[in-house]
Amino acid sequence: MTQLSRRSVLLGIGAVGAFLAIDLGALAYANKWIGPGSLTRETFMDGFRTVFGLHPGFRRNHAKGVVVNGYFDSNGNGRELSKAALFTPGRTPVIGRFSLSGGNPMMADAPATARGLGLAFAFPDATQWRMALLNLPVFVDHSPQGFYDRLLASKTDPATGKPDPVAMSAFNKAHPESVAAMALIKQHPPTAGFADSTYSSLITFFFVNDEGVRTPVRWAFVPMQAAIPPLPGTTNSLFDALVRQMRSGPLRWRLLLTVGQPGDPIADATLVWPGDRRTVDAGVLTLTTIETEAPGNARDVNFDPLVLPDGIEPSDDPLLSARSAVYAASYRARTGEPKSPSAVQVDEVAP
Amino acid sequence: MTAPARYPLRTRILHWLTAVLVFSMLLIGFAMVNSIGSYASLRAVHMSLGIIVLLIVVVRAANRFTHRVPTLPGTVGWLEHKVVIGSELLLYALLLAQPLVGWAMVSATGKPVVVFGSVSLPRIAPFDADLYFTLRQTHSLLAYTLVVVIAAHVSAVLLHTLTLRDRMLSRMAFANSATSERASVHSAIGEHSNAASNTGRHGRTRRHR
Repeated sequence: MTQLSRRSVLLGIGAVGAFLAIDLGALAYANKWIGPGSLTRETFMDGFRTVFGLHPGFRRNHAKGVVVNGYFDSNGNGRELSKAALFTPGRTPVIGRFSLSGGNPMMADAPATARGLGLAFAFPDATQWRMALLNLPVFVDHSPQGFYDRLLASKTDPATGKPDPVAMSAFNKAHPESVAAMALIKQHPPTAGFADSTYSSLITFFFVNDEGVRTPVRWAFVPMQAAIPPLPGTTNSLFDALVRQMRSGPLRWRLLLTVGQPGDPIADATLVWPGDRRTVDAGVLTLTTIETEAPGNARDVNFDPLVLPDGIEPSDDPLLSARSAVYAASYRARTGEPKSPSAVQVDEVAP
Repeated sequence: MTAPARYPLRTRILHWLTAVLVFSMLLIGFAMVNSIGSYASLRAVHMSLGIIVLLIVVVRAANRFTHRVPTLPGTVGWLEHKVVIGSELLLYALLLAQPLVGWAMVSATGKPVVVFGSVSLPRIAPFDADLYFTLRQTHSLLAYTLVVVIAAHVSAVLLHTLTLRDRMLSRMAFANSATSERASVHSAIGEHSNAASNTGRHGRTRRHR
């Protein structure tokens, strides 16, 4: 048996202590238990809970929604810009989800609430392409911090039923880019319903074609029909109108790819591109069926904007990684929570 | 005192490669789920390294059967010997399970599993949100278990080497490997050299008490 000396005992304990200090220190730093405080996904999760309350089983934002299915018919024109499989002439299936902005899955529909459309083309194949689009001409924030600040400032004061004006004016002072974006959005009032809304990528992506040419592109789905007017005074007025309209036939949108020019803002979704930019008509999105959120349909899809096919690449827009991270946190949280029925029950919508 | 027997060079290389990769993977994993701006890029690195770890662990597990294990120092008693065997098995199991759980977890979200920028791997689990959640929780649980087991592994080797002065670390080290390399090569090819015959099934010295 080796004789233990005091020196060797201290040496061993010291080395173990030093190793554990470095090991646990690195663990704590990576987990942001120590070190400089900054935005994490949990900051956003807490923010959504503060502003909207906790609604187990639902998305933390765009909580109210309905599921749609259909296909995209490509005319092949998109191949000029991208080698993505979606642009090969022919038909690609798609699943999607219409939604309203906000974390309360039971809120009443309001025309001014931002409308979302999540799409997952070629789901669940390796060539799939997911996107989350809005019926806005630009996004309201250009940074994750801006989004977070606006989220908190927009919290409804229970006494007045409106956001606190002091908090809102403080936000406006700190975020002139959002004030400018709001002014621009006001010039494009919302349409009658989901069916006649234009849904835009807002964020810029790089399209890469067969020759390897990278082009900055923004895109939008432009409606090919008018919307039947929502019945006033009903909680789900916009969603019900969408359900009724889809019962009488499919809805269509034309996919327009807008080609950026050198100098156009790439990493700032609050800034518009000049109106004369060339567009490419890439084909038609047809939504044929609508269904209630349920296990295994688009309810269980995270419309992470970074699920991109070969031929589409992310830009440096800081919102992209942040959205991917926060969507992942929301997905993890809600998949582990008990579920309750969604507000929009397709079968219960009166004819 | 003669130089202790060592693991074959290929085993030592695989060991330290795993050590560096797994340490990086744990840090990247913890950092990415707390990062907003770097999440996307860290996630891509994490998934690619995860596949490399999986490949290396499979190679290591196969390699483990190609050679005998160098003798453990006499300071390892029978109870600790059982712990050594158990913790080695546990580490192999964890290192094999963790990348597979990660791969299956991404598969269950219905997302394509893309590594190294553009290599598309098959999905190994069905699209199922409940399954995803179970796998996601398991992935975190295994990560923290790895942190604890690796910390115990390193601490035990440090205490043996520095406090008991039994040259435990030398079995896996590279320095001054000339003398011991011969011994471990013999044991690797199963010759009845002194080193090999002195080694029990799990590398414990057969000692007469």
